[in-house]
Amino acid sequence: MEKSTNNQSRRSFLKVSSLAGGGMMIGFSWLANLIPNEALAAANGTNEWVKLTGFIQITPDNKVKIFNPNPEFGTNVMTSLPMMVNEELQADWSKVIVEMGDYDTPRFKSQFTGGSRGMAQAWKPLRTAGATARLMLMQAAANEWNVPVSELTVSNGIVSHKASNKSTNYGALATAASKLTAPTNIELKKTSEFSLIGTPQKNKVGKNIVAGDSLFTMDYKHEGMLIAMVIHPPAFGMQLKSYDATEAKKMPGIKDVFDIQVYKDGYTRAGFDTRAFNKLIAVVGNSTWEVMNARKKVVAQWEPIETTKEMVAAWGSKKEETIPGGLESTDEHMKQMLAMQKNPGKVLRKDGDPETAFAKAKKIIERTYTAPFLSHNPMEPISCFAHITDEKAFFVAPIQIPEMMKQNIISNLDIPAEKLEMKLTRMGGGFGRRAYGHYIVEAGHISKKMKAPVKLIYTREDDMTNGVYRPTYIVTYKAAIDENNNVTAIAIKGGGFPENAVHEHRFPAGAFENYIAEGWELPSNITIGAFRAPRSNFIASAEQTFLDELAETIGKDPLDYRIELLKKAKASPVGKFNEYDADRYIGVLELVKQKSNWGKTDKNVKRGVAAYFCHSSYAAHVIDVRMKDGQPVVDSVVTAMDCGFVVNPEGAKNMVEGAVVDGIGNALFGGMRFEKGVPIQKNLNQYRIIRHREAPKKIDVHFVKNTIDPTGLGEPPFPPVFGALANALYKATGKRLYNQPYLAELNNLTKI
Amino acid sequence: MAKMNLKVNGKKYDVDVDPSTPVLWVLRDHLNLIGTKFGCGVGACGACTIHLNGRALKSCQLPVSAVGVQEITTIEGIVPNAGELHPVQKAWLELDVAQCGYCQTGQIMAAVALLKTKPNPTEEEIESAMTGNICRCGTYIRIKAAIQQAAKSSHK
Repeated sequence: MEKSTNNQSRRSFLKVSSLAGGGMMIGFSWLANLIPNEALAAANGTNEWVKLTGFIQITPDNKVKIFNPNPEFGTNVMTSLPMMVNEELQADWSKVIVEMGDYDTPRFKSQFTGGSRGMAQAWKPLRTAGATARLMLMQAAANEWNVPVSELTVSNGIVSHKASNKSTNYGALATAASKLTAPTNIELKKTSEFSLIGTPQKNKVGKNIVAGDSLFTMDYKHEGMLIAMVIHPPAFGMQLKSYDATEAKKMPGIKDVFDIQVYKDGYTRAGFDTRAFNKLIAVVGNSTWEVMNARKKVVAQWEPIETTKEMVAAWGSKKEETIPGGLESTDEHMKQMLAMQKNPGKVLRKDGDPETAFAKAKKIIERTYTAPFLSHNPMEPISCFAHITDEKAFFVAPIQIPEMMKQNIISNLDIPAEKLEMKLTRMGGGFGRRAYGHYIVEAGHISKKMKAPVKLIYTREDDMTNGVYRPTYIVTYKAAIDENNNVTAIAIKGGGFPENAVHEHRFPAGAFENYIAEGWELPSNITIGAFRAPRSNFIASAEQTFLDELAETIGKDPLDYRIELLKKAKASPVGKFNEYDADRYIGVLELVKQKSNWGKTDKNVKRGVAAYFCHSSYAAHVIDVRMKDGQPVVDSVVTAMDCGFVVNPEGAKNMVEGAVVDGIGNALFGGMRFEKGVPIQKNLNQYRIIRHREAPKKIDVHFVKNTIDPTGLGEPPFPPVFGALANALYKATGKRLYNQPYLAELNNLTKI
Repeated sequence: MAKMNLKVNGKKYDVDVDPSTPVLWVLRDHLNLIGTKFGCGVGACGACTIHLNGRALKSCQLPVSAVGVQEITTIEGIVPNAGELHPVQKAWLELDVAQCGYCQTGQIMAAVALLKTKPNPTEEEIESAMTGNICRCGTYIRIKAAIQQAAKSSHK
């Protein structure tokens, strides 16, 4: 699996790995992965990479390379994760080279980009790897100088022995160090001793990005590489019946046109194996434009699908999933969801006696919220390179969690596990879309059939009409208010296609004696998947706008009311289990209150607040808006975040700013509409994404200072943006917003 | 297929392609200039922004047959020598603009063209000139600040 970027190193690797038994990386733990390197020892004095743990390589002339284990889709793990390693390694950070690790999860322990888990999962292992290598380098120096390790100091990759006035760099020690046994029981630095983690550091790949270097799968090239595209049905609920490729095959530059079956009949899908269409037509040729043109000449017949069942084994359970036949429409979905809300749902949680509280209520407020399917639309459309030969199955893939695709790839392509090799590229965005790697299998089928290296490219239309959307949701919030203007009960009922978004153990659960949460689900043949803060991204918008309206109804300040409820939940929590830590929730609200001058601004400032907890982190926003020519203008956003210890404040701030912009865009404009199974939005001239002039003029990001182990950041700031924006728009327009996208509701549009 | 001569980044190239081929794909597939990115193919996202005779233009909408003697500049050609950085690229690095990075070469090409015609753009002029360039990660505030910084640095 080990590959280097230049040919010289690659050749020597082949030599080395044959001595080491070849392909021995698999099955080794990241710590045990210290291959005795006789070839390098023999070649002492050359500039070959010497391995020190699975994460670090050093050349005798003192180049230090740190591998980033996690696929990078823009959360800056190429910088922040190597920072963790180098905090303990103590090489010269300004000269450290970072490299994306290939797919080799045993070596890297975890290669997981999703669920805002990167920082938390890497926190200990990566620092331990850095410390392991440093201690081995120090031991090598101690052995050479015949002095105790305890007398050595390290700074910027230089090991020194003060008493004898000796010093040398890591490069000179690397080969000797690599032969030592890795130490155990390593003591890591305390957070107060950090010198790199917690300091703002610029993107290590920044130069390559602004130069337009080949970083993405879309850019990947290989000798003899063919370009492939696929044709999928024009509507959900349809499948391929037959096709005529006679004309297409005559087109210039076209090598072949054929159909592929993506997954085998009866294949049991795992959690990220979602795919909308199992039979596709593949068009393969020499260049992209030729393939695009030939694709138009394929004449395909489509037919409706029957209701089918597929086995899904995911998240610890195995169940049969129904894929209903029929052509679904947005208007029909809305009617069905509203009808379902009239029936009782499955009770997810119940505290106290909400029925009696509602029966006795002097006043009840009840509000229903909806949101449409959303398309992820990462900037780089879906692509994958595959080259399957008898020797190996080689892929270059943009994939968030490669390990989760392994079983799918080897089962559906009949590849022996040991022949699977995957190079992971930087991804041009993901937002959850690139957790679902059906395109890797598709590229594999095409390469197998062509017996050639193939790059599969989706157009934007292919990507946007191919499913794996954020689901469409509905939820109703209901509050009982007594004669003293106290809220005595809260009821939440939510559903959607094909899941509901209710998080029954999250706030405001715990703050009300009488509480009920219900949910229901309806099947759909429109496929869905994780989208930046799944479920939270909808439920937070409803919850936080409802709380705002509730506070207004009972005459309280919306920000103070949230704090009051959280204090109550902390002092006397209702229920057996509440997911959140009330103190940290209060912390972000207090911080955003202070930083935004909440309650002290001119009354012409139209602002809204919202806070949310998800992925182990806490976020609160105050958003100021004004209306200009019927369009909302976001003047400023103040954000307070608690994501534990902030590893790279520069990257973290950028990430939060992006989440705010993304939230505003999706809240105002986002939405996929379906008519008889056909996705109406097909490209970026129809699916509106936030642009320069619609972005906030200013975003101030503040982090709660603490030393809690780092938690999620990519997702948590996203969900509360929707609510804060809707609450601000209410102040600016007098209109409460219940249905996303909000701009359509503001302009009284009946469809998106 | 048709044989054409193109001038790209000051160099002459002979290409033999379908005349309707968008410049985007000639650059990426035939000239191996992959800094110009494919995002939408309908001129709606700006990832493929190049300069034609110095003016910013979406290369997915420009058939190669329409180029003629006009000069194409791509991200690879905005500095005289490979490895050097344009002041706009430098500002991008100083402000740590990128997240996923896929749209940024297109953004930079639009910004470079803007600063040529308006060396001191107002915020509104920036928003207007850059409106055709989507950043799905939402780095707009940093892009704007980087353009302002590049404008300032060029007056020093």
